[in-house]
Amino acid sequence: MRLWFAVVVWLWVLPGSAWAARSLTDSTVGWPGADQLVRVLTLRDYNTRVVVIGTTLLGVASGVIGTFMLLRKRALVGDALSHATLPGIAGAFIVMVHWGGDGKFLPGLLAGAVVSSVLGIGCILAIRNFTRLKEDVALGVVLSVFFGCGVSLLGVIQSMRQGNAAGLESFIYGKTASMLASDAWMIGGAAGVVAVTCALLFKEFSLLCFDEGFAASRGWPAIGLDVAMTGLVVAVTVIGLQAVGLILIIALLIIPPAAARFWTDHLLSMVCVSAGIGGASGLVGAGLSALVPRLPAGAVIVMVAAVLFVLSLVLGPSRGVLVRVMGHRRLGRKIGRQHLMRAMYERMETLGSVPAGGGSGAENRSVSWDGLLGARSWSPQALGRLLKSGGRAGLIREAGGDRYCLTQAGLIEATRVMRNHRLWELFLITRADIAPSHVDRDADQIEHVLGHSMVEELELLLRDRYPQLVVPPSPHTLNGGGA
Amino acid sequence: MNERDAHNKAEAGTAADGQGAAGSSRGGQLTSGMVKPTVATGDEHPRNAPLSIHDMTVAYHRKPVLWDVDFDAPQGKLIGIIGPNGAGKSTLIKAVLDLVPKASGRVLIYGKPYRKQRGLVGYVPQRESVDWDFPVNALDVVAMGLYGRIGWCRPVGRGHKRAALEALDRVGMADYAGRQISQLSGGQQQRVFLARALVQDAQLYFMDEPFAGVDAATEQAIVVLLQELRSVGKTVLVVHHDLQTVAEYFDHLLLLNMRIVATGPTSEVFTRENLHKTYGGRLTLLDEAAQAIASKGVGR
Amino acid sequence: MSWTMIDTWIVVAGVLSAVSCALVGNYLVLRRMSMMGDAISHAVLPGLAVAFLLTNSRGSAAMFVGAAVVGVLTAVLTQWIHGLGRVDSSASMGVVFTVLFALGLILIVRGADSVDLDPGCVLYGAIELVPLDTVDLWVAGEVPRAVVTLAGMFVVDTLFVMFFYKELKISAFDGQLATTLGINAKVMHYGLMTLVAATSVAAFESVGSILVIAMLIVPGAAASLLTDRLGVMVAFSLLIAVLCAVLGHVAAITVPVWFGYPATNTAGMMAVVAGVIFAGAAVGAPRHGALSKAIHRAVLSVRIAQEDILGMLYRLEELGGGRGSSGAVAGVLRRALGVGPIVAGLAVWRLTRTGQVQRTDGRYVLTGAGRADAQGLVRAHRLWETYLVKHLNLRADHVHEPATRLEHITDSAMQERLSDRTGRPRLDPQGKRIPPGSPEDDADGR
Repeated sequence: MRLWFAVVVWLWVLPGSAWAARSLTDSTVGWPGADQLVRVLTLRDYNTRVVVIGTTLLGVASGVIGTFMLLRKRALVGDALSHATLPGIAGAFIVMVHWGGDGKFLPGLLAGAVVSSVLGIGCILAIRNFTRLKEDVALGVVLSVFFGCGVSLLGVIQSMRQGNAAGLESFIYGKTASMLASDAWMIGGAAGVVAVTCALLFKEFSLLCFDEGFAASRGWPAIGLDVAMTGLVVAVTVIGLQAVGLILIIALLIIPPAAARFWTDHLLSMVCVSAGIGGASGLVGAGLSALVPRLPAGAVIVMVAAVLFVLSLVLGPSRGVLVRVMGHRRLGRKIGRQHLMRAMYERMETLGSVPAGGGSGAENRSVSWDGLLGARSWSPQALGRLLKSGGRAGLIREAGGDRYCLTQAGLIEATRVMRNHRLWELFLITRADIAPSHVDRDADQIEHVLGHSMVEELELLLRDRYPQLVVPPSPHTLNGGGA
Repeated sequence: MNERDAHNKAEAGTAADGQGAAGSSRGGQLTSGMVKPTVATGDEHPRNAPLSIHDMTVAYHRKPVLWDVDFDAPQGKLIGIIGPNGAGKSTLIKAVLDLVPKASGRVLIYGKPYRKQRGLVGYVPQRESVDWDFPVNALDVVAMGLYGRIGWCRPVGRGHKRAALEALDRVGMADYAGRQISQLSGGQQQRVFLARALVQDAQLYFMDEPFAGVDAATEQAIVVLLQELRSVGKTVLVVHHDLQTVAEYFDHLLLLNMRIVATGPTSEVFTRENLHKTYGGRLTLLDEAAQAIASKGVGR
Repeated sequence: MSWTMIDTWIVVAGVLSAVSCALVGNYLVLRRMSMMGDAISHAVLPGLAVAFLLTNSRGSAAMFVGAAVVGVLTAVLTQWIHGLGRVDSSASMGVVFTVLFALGLILIVRGADSVDLDPGCVLYGAIELVPLDTVDLWVAGEVPRAVVTLAGMFVVDTLFVMFFYKELKISAFDGQLATTLGINAKVMHYGLMTLVAATSVAAFESVGSILVIAMLIVPGAAASLLTDRLGVMVAFSLLIAVLCAVLGHVAAITVPVWFGYPATNTAGMMAVVAGVIFAGAAVGAPRHGALSKAIHRAVLSVRIAQEDILGMLYRLEELGGGRGSSGAVAGVLRRALGVGPIVAGLAVWRLTRTGQVQRTDGRYVLTGAGRADAQGLVRAHRLWETYLVKHLNLRADHVHEPATRLEHITDSAMQERLSDRTGRPRLDPQGKRIPPGSPEDDADGR
């Protein structure tokens, strides 16, 4: 029974927006008709227009500033911040009522929110710097204690005789769909300020995100920049809070940048993609909630952002799961194939049957199953699989009697692998000081990574120093000569 | 001396070794494969070896960081794992302990997979790997080494505490048993980690840079401890950085730079040539090492 | 203030929810996962919603299970996105809980047709209503249902922490070691997360959503500042939790009255009290508090200033060539020390009080006792300079700085060892006389 009350809490925490969304579509019941669709899509309805534009701009602004917060690993600061506004709003209300004013004077309430969120940030910094507790504890403590303080003040407000507290909470928790033109203007203004500031301070912000200590040591006012960045977050949070609600603004600060990270490794494009995803979530989400009855706008915007996030997670070309999983499996296959190629080649080398220059007789030099099996740690099954896949790729052919041999193409491939392998070994020997960042033995051609001149130098070295060691000729020439 | 060592030794001087150890050990295997089936060698040899790594390749992200590692640790030796930064030394240990996945290969501890032999293995991670502000004292940390043996749900008993205290005593830290760990110096923290490994009473120890950032006294204490361990027949693998002290500390070496360059008794593999193959063009460093080789003499 | 049976039951419910949360919350704090409490308590919403829609009842059991499942799902998804997508773990937490919350909201709005909305009892939790909904326990008579639930939860938490005390400890401290010892750190992680979710849900109905987080994190955080032992930390956190609940309720029914308002809600005040206790611990904790650190630093800097003054006066005497002949005025001393007026003033005051320095004609000069102490300090300084030059091959003009730091921690035994190691020198690298350490040396040196 009580649990149900809790559910009700949740219901109520987010939207106002939930119920307001309905007011837009009160005339229709069930799913929208074509007429309605057109009306929403063309933004003909004044209310819809305001809401859609407002949420889109908010998405863009939070996407931009959220990117920097994410890169500074401060994604959850927005969470703590938005909770920390509550005592400020409630306090401002009480103070204003005491001064005999209307408790719901908007600039006063916003000022209260800003003051208490700044205070919250101050507490977070103090906890982090003056105790041994870490960031997560600082955030959690500030978030919960400030919110508790706000809830207590709200309890007081509710029992106040003066002042009309009704609507104060819904004001705090958002009223997306009943957004006014003035709200949209305010969001637009905030978005503009965020965009311009980030554009002007782009270089400084990126330095701050990447290496705060370095920024400070180079004489940048790191603290001032930090204040500016956090100030922008506060601005977006406070403006966004009263427009769209607590959870939504946290989501908009975190999800778009996290999604953008999958698409690019470049900061500027990440900011742009994040702004795009934020804007698109706002646009589509607000539009959907205007179209379909009983869809809370705030929640729908978050769900749209979530869908975009999942798509990015899976498909993102930079860090997406699909790309990485495929890369990993390809790598596994490639390592297996290379091991097989080398085992074959080395067996042939010890048997003295490697044809110089890749002559056509190569196909007759076969290697036994047992010899191959003993060459590496593979299980018989694994070896069988590798041989089969090598056969499918036209590199290996069964020579009968449990013996296998390389085809012409296989010989070229094995030669390439051996050559790369031995040149890399030599590279490690002679250039190990720069090795780790360069060594990519997996590269198709060593030349692609190291450049032709370096490879030639290595070949010369190899001939000079270790005349006994045969470097297989470059498969390019082999290919030309053999085929 | 085992067979593999014999191979390495036999080939140490030959020019064929120029292709590096991965190639050479492969060559060695092939040769032995011709005499008798390598499968048999692979089967009978590692049975007694404390650690036998066969054909291990480890890949992070998209690049292999360790290739074709073949290594059999001889019983009862202090084995140094030597190589430049980024050579994959810690990765080797972590892959053996299943802390990072292997792309290929097989690891056996006394002839069985690691999963079945946990009790025989002690691990000393790098000092930075834990939160030193954690509310535990030195004795608690050492007692953690016994948790695996105590078993689920059972509390740490008085006997366990006594064992932990003894281990602390062995590293000269008994007086600090009640100290919170952040109040210990770097060298003392390292000794606590060592005591934790000692209390496990393992047969095979892996130590990841135990000498990093410790004072001279601690380094000496650790060396003495390592020698004690060896004298009671334990096998210890130590990731080590300082070439100057290699010859002094270790009987056996594994020279590593993304692949094994050479393995064998220190006197045989700690040569200028092998070092050159491991460290490449870092000549100043090598010259220092060469001096060390010359002055101390290798192979006690 | 009038106390009734209702107040007692409110406090009991508050205490039980606070201690259950604090118990598991300790481990969140230790694992640096405090925000997981926040995430889980937001994210359980869809669990509650689905349970309600499926069973179409508001019975606790189904909702409890649903919420716990989603709570664990939050942990799993967070870990998954963090590992699979390499997203910063706090960001992946943020993604997961906001999305789950939104999902739950949509489910409820679309699914439950006529939800009886009563925003009044909402955020504050319904702790004031706890005593109204009772069950009849045949042993104890009428007991509020929430109290029974919370007591059960507390017992489960306690058993979990008792049985898995060392596993929780090791997997929080060093997950890799736990893994190599065969203790599955992952199992412990998800076990803990399940318990956090269940405890949140149980406490949720009495103290309200966000305030669950306060009880999860704040007692553990405050306790961790007060002690360096895990067992003690757990005990302290429970104590703090009890204090929060009791004082919170008392404050809720008294503090607003002072300002002419009726009582406010208890849950909010519990969080406020927790914050006050935390602030007290952060400032006043014996070892890790900001105050004790500041005092420690101040005492140290005064001591160093004292010793610097002694050393300076001694050197001035050396330059001036005679005992008591020179000395310095306070302003000169302060400027030469480069410390603030308060520290310098304190240092001079203490030196005068201990009779190491006396004031004659407006100038400060060494007394006999002060001169002996100063001699030791200067001796330590110059021995260190000699040692650093001889044994560490530092250049003579580079050793003043380190020697200045080292002289403050060098006692006479250490001076002797230094002197022995450097071959009992008479002069330091700059050619200044090293003062003798004992009378025999003194005689020897003349």
